[in-house]
Amino acid sequence: MQRIIYDEGIKKLEEFAKENKKILGFPIIPDQKLGTALWVSNREIRIKYIISVEKIKKFFEGLFEGKIYATKCLSCNELYFPPQTECGKCRMENVEWVELSGEGELITFTKIFVKPYSFSHYEDYIIGIAKLKEGINVTAWIEEKDIQKIKIGSKVRLKVTKRLPEEYLTYVITIIE
Amino acid sequence: MERKVGIIGVAYSKFGVRNDVNFNELAYESFKEAINSSNIDLKDISFLIVSNVGVWSSEPLPAVSLGEYLGLIGIGTLRVEAACASGSAAIKIAYDMIKSGEHEVIAVIGIEKMNESTTPIVVEMIGRAGNYFWEFENFGLTFPGYYALYATAYMNKYGAKEEDLCEVAIKNHYYGARNPKAHFQKEVTLEECMNSRYVAWPLKLYDCSPISDGSATVILASEDFIRKSGVKEPIWIRSIGASNDTSNLSKRENFLSLKATVEAADKAYKKANIDKDKLTKIFDVIEVHDCFTIAEILACEDLGLFKRGEGYKIIREKQTYIGGMIPVNLSGGLKAKGHPLGATGISMLVELVKQLKYEVEKQRQADIKNGLALAHNVGGTGHYAYVTILSR
Ligand SMILES: [Zn+2]
Repeated sequence: MQRIIYDEGIKKLEEFAKENKKILGFPIIPDQKLGTALWVSNREIRIKYIISVEKIKKFFEGLFEGKIYATKCLSCNELYFPPQTECGKCRMENVEWVELSGEGELITFTKIFVKPYSFSHYEDYIIGIAKLKEGINVTAWIEEKDIQKIKIGSKVRLKVTKRLPEEYLTYVITIIE
Repeated sequence: MERKVGIIGVAYSKFGVRNDVNFNELAYESFKEAINSSNIDLKDISFLIVSNVGVWSSEPLPAVSLGEYLGLIGIGTLRVEAACASGSAAIKIAYDMIKSGEHEVIAVIGIEKMNESTTPIVVEMIGRAGNYFWEFENFGLTFPGYYALYATAYMNKYGAKEEDLCEVAIKNHYYGARNPKAHFQKEVTLEECMNSRYVAWPLKLYDCSPISDGSATVILASEDFIRKSGVKEPIWIRSIGASNDTSNLSKRENFLSLKATVEAADKAYKKANIDKDKLTKIFDVIEVHDCFTIAEILACEDLGLFKRGEGYKIIREKQTYIGGMIPVNLSGGLKAKGHPLGATGISMLVELVKQLKYEVEKQRQADIKNGLALAHNVGGTGHYAYVTILSR
């Protein structure tokens, strides 16, 4: 797991700085390659965003019922996914929630090996973009773990799934053929 | 009648892991050299524009920090962010400010100090350079991952292979090895590239630009100022074209082209009266945004240099080296020169100004016939695009 390697790196850095505070009086360590002096900041912050989903609550209610919703502007017929309840083009707020078929085909994909810190507890994951029958595209993880079995043009279906270990509902692309 | 805007001072610092200097000291390197090369007085500068993405570096107000350190206070400043295209965005603002007649001389400094944070954090923050909620929060896209989505689609459609992508890395490392300021100064072989580990399939480590620190400075001045102060050999900005595209990649029409590049280039060509059918004959040298190898192939096609699906073949035939159809990224590009985001777009102009004046290392000097050069700078994954045309 990449998380362990990442955390060990940070731990080593902090221990080195702590040690040098005792010896030198400062959290100053030499750069591993250049030998130049580096100050390891004593301050650290944790960022966790708190984001309003009030206007798109219906999307999450849908997921809870196993449905994936988009929105449709009633004045210009634009279909929105990700859903938005305001149409910037018309400057109107009258949209209707429409359930997506979830059926479509894969238009591209990748497998992530070097992961962001906050995703480093997962195994390598495959991300795809599917074009649905309705004409909109959806980005999501692909359930299939073997990249050799995935092709552009593969028939796919979206499925509501529980993401572990976080235990929240999201959606995933499944390969049908 | 619009005023012409010229470039009268240029420099960029050594790019790389710059743990030998802090944020301000890194900016000082390129600022000092640019001012010295321009022969102007600090008093002539009436505005400071700083291009910096930040996030990973400690200074929260980079423009203010540099203003104090470089002795540029009491004039007015701001910081510009357009992801990896911040540098070109900053240039555009300065260009418009001078063209409007409001300012005569503006200093534009691009800087990024990415190595003030650990690599996993940089990977995280740069991976968020798309749509946070619908792409990152749930699916953990990374910056290489975004471009890998384009690479997969391009390779599938046109039959390009991973080896073809490596050809871009080989060329850019070849020129990087001849640029003393490049992050990487060694050549790579096809074997080394092909054997490097996957970062985001099908992109491997050698397909990716590095996490770099660096600064670049350009001093822009009005035609009036240039005439009065007797600046020799200014390089003129002929035009700047800009465009932008959707935050969510899922909203893109296809993954074979960055539409924002096509649109930005069209605008720049139109404003500079460039014949789109003769691009490889018109421009002497080009710098394109090769944050990943696939990005250079897309850029060459999107700028209209080569036909769709032909880019990788032409690159494979070494037609983008000196002596080929059109030399591309003789600096080493983002791939080998390095990619300190805020500095990148500005360093492209520095490079091209020096190319047009025959001031780069001999082994990577293009033959200048028409005195025209083009810089192509992308922010994010085609989220922002800027095309700048320079002339002697
Ligand atoms: Zn509408």
